[in-house]
Amino acid sequence: MLPANNNIKDMRVKMITLWINDKQYQAAEGQSVLQVALDNGIEIPHLCYHESLSSQGSCRLCLVEVTKGSKTIMTTSCTYPAMEGIKVQTDTLEIKKARRLVMELLLPLAPDAPKIKALASELGVTEPRLGPEPENDNCIKCGLCVRACDELVGAHAITFAGRGVARTVEPPYDEEAENCIGCGTCVQVCPTECIVMEDQGMERRIDKWKRTLKLKACKNCGRPFITFAEIDFMQTKAKNPPPEEWFDYCPDCR
Amino acid sequence: MKEKELDTIINKYGADPSEIMGMLLDIQEKEKYLPKKDLQHLSVKLGLPLTRIYQIATFYEALSLKPLGHNQIHVCTGTACHVRGAAGILNKLEERLGIKPGEVTSDLNFGLKTVNCVGACALGPVVVVNGEYHGEMTALKADRMLKRLMKN
Repeated sequence: MLPANNNIKDMRVKMITLWINDKQYQAAEGQSVLQVALDNGIEIPHLCYHESLSSQGSCRLCLVEVTKGSKTIMTTSCTYPAMEGIKVQTDTLEIKKARRLVMELLLPLAPDAPKIKALASELGVTEPRLGPEPENDNCIKCGLCVRACDELVGAHAITFAGRGVARTVEPPYDEEAENCIGCGTCVQVCPTECIVMEDQGMERRIDKWKRTLKLKACKNCGRPFITFAEIDFMQTKAKNPPPEEWFDYCPDCR
Repeated sequence: MKEKELDTIINKYGADPSEIMGMLLDIQEKEKYLPKKDLQHLSVKLGLPLTRIYQIATFYEALSLKPLGHNQIHVCTGTACHVRGAAGILNKLEERLGIKPGEVTSDLNFGLKTVNCVGACALGPVVVVNGEYHGEMTALKADRMLKRLMKN
């Protein structure tokens, strides 16, 4: 696991030189190869990567060829740290072939997800390698929601459970996620839109986590805009929590 | 498990979150499974999110969130044991106990599970009962062993 690239902010960090597609680039040591490429406008397809979260390399789409010394390996660029003198190829024939295979295996997991479908056609994949999964929930187990909940929000409401083909993302005991504050970060980061958050009247529901939360209405316009759980969470966890009145009005009326 | 007992286990490992596996195995040895209440207590004491403990507990085959049998029987169905007739032994045990692999008898006395290899292929077919290895098993021997266990 590589730490989030956002954490490498220290200006004293060592700068190094590396080659991507035969061009020379400067980068901070410890940044991922994927981040260096993206920063310099080089597109590498990826689904499980977010610059504010640690990298897991679970979607396998960001495969690249890295040459270090006399050795060349194919590896995920999101988990490979930028090092002095390495040579990276992002678009060779082998890479394209490998990415297509990965996509063919991902497609049956989330055949209805718009982002996956678009990326698949971009990579030239039309037919999934396997038939659709019998109980399809559109989740590709990339773990972005779990990492976002742990690392960004700090609510620790959901986790991976089981392993291998039986691996799922769920709240503990697959019961209502008691730690979920209904902030919707998991919904935002999910690449397949398989987590649905719905506001009905004064209630917010995230069915995937079996969670129902009460909403607070704005004192001015009356629109429900935040869950009580999120207000509590902010006031207990934030270093400088805003005064309670801050949450009386929605962002539009403040 | 009583909180005091649980705290003894936690203190045995210096309340170090990285020793979680040892604690879980100790709890399981006493309780025959991992009760939800104990995991919640562990989570509070170690400052480890319950999600993390749940992930570990569901990942390892050795850990169980559901009660296991008082006598836990593991039938090896790895390649070596399979070709020497593990299926026949498993069938016999299933028939005698009236449960399928992964299940527990209603009185919680027996639990049956299959394992893919216990690393004793030369002794195959192998049946592990409560951590004790029984090599060169046959359906008949397994049946006799079961009768012995039922008497105790």
